[in-house]
Amino acid sequence: MPGKEHMNEFSYDVLKLDYEKETARLTAFISEAVARRLRKHGAVVGISGGIDSSVTAALCVRALGPDKVVGLLMPEKDSHPDTLKLSRLVGESLGIRTIHREITPILAGLGFYDEMTSCIQELIPEYADGWKWKISASDVSEERIFSFFWLVVQSPRGEIIRKRLPADRLLHMIALSNFKQRTRKMLEYHYADRFNYAVAGTSNLLESDQGFFVKLGDGAGDFKPIAHLYKMQIYQLGKYLGLPEAITQRKPTADIHPLSQGQDEFFFGLPYEQLDACLYGEKNGIPAESVARVIGLDADRVSLIYRQLAHRRITNEYLSLPPLYPER
Amino acid sequence: MIKDEVRKFILEKFLFNCGDQLDDEMSLIDTNTVDSVGILEIVGFIENRFRIKVEDEELTAENLDSINKIAKFVERKLGTQG
Repeated sequence: MPGKEHMNEFSYDVLKLDYEKETARLTAFISEAVARRLRKHGAVVGISGGIDSSVTAALCVRALGPDKVVGLLMPEKDSHPDTLKLSRLVGESLGIRTIHREITPILAGLGFYDEMTSCIQELIPEYADGWKWKISASDVSEERIFSFFWLVVQSPRGEIIRKRLPADRLLHMIALSNFKQRTRKMLEYHYADRFNYAVAGTSNLLESDQGFFVKLGDGAGDFKPIAHLYKMQIYQLGKYLGLPEAITQRKPTADIHPLSQGQDEFFFGLPYEQLDACLYGEKNGIPAESVARVIGLDADRVSLIYRQLAHRRITNEYLSLPPLYPER
Repeated sequence: MIKDEVRKFILEKFLFNCGDQLDDEMSLIDTNTVDSVGILEIVGFIENRFRIKVEDEELTAENLDSINKIAKFVERKLGTQG
């Protein structure tokens, strides 16, 4: 990244990468990690149809060859209708074997759908079959430097009802939602065991740094080839690697809740380009004013985001910690 | 006293009664004593214990980011409700 060592002024140029070199570096890393460190014969990647998992799979293919990469497609009944189609497209474009495992029956067996419905109905009794829901975070401000969360439901006729989630209900719903990521990771490790493969983690820098992942769920993996990359860089890398436009032009989506939700709805309400700039600025000690000028936000707002990033990094640190042991 | 009850709740819930340094003026957020969920847990506690309803627009640092602020906020709410 040019000029990083003496930067007080932010420019998007600092996020530019030599994608040819970076690809060579990451494929060498994957080969070394899988074959020598992990002593495995290939890699399993859970493919969601989003940019992160697609780029991870493409890097694995470049490193190991298409015959040594398996893509798992694991939608459930509330997944976006495009999820399976786009996941298949990625698999086909990379020439890899894909395995489609619908996780709806597993989640149903865990009681996920029934328990979630009861949870929602306790707060919003009108909620019924055919309705959709999501958890939506409030924006932060100088006056309120923490988020709170609403349960938002939508009837088939489009009527919206929104209620603030109390802590116990919020935690219950998050714990239930986490079944999805943990079920998917369980299947990834199942196939990894079966083929003697390693599991590729697909977290990006923001997710790794801020703990935006489920512990032992989407945060797990034997190697994580894109955990140092900003979202913009991952999109660019996806283009360089020749991924289909339907993937590289697709906006990020969390695809966790039935009611449509952009990923940036969770992360300070910012589009990823602005968020990348804030994260880079905060991590590299660049004055908020400088980032604010480039991304067209108020400097106070960027300062507040810096504070939030630092705060979340600390409060979510436990997600990345290995188990703690007493001293011997 | 309201402040004592709030302090006891925070000490027990978040610090396992090891909070010798828990100052009544100290920012709970900036010191990473609580996170967003922690704030909601405090809101749940004061709503149940003091039978008040905290509105969305009242979820501010000015009302909730220290023991003193929480106690004053509850006192104000009880005053206006009473």
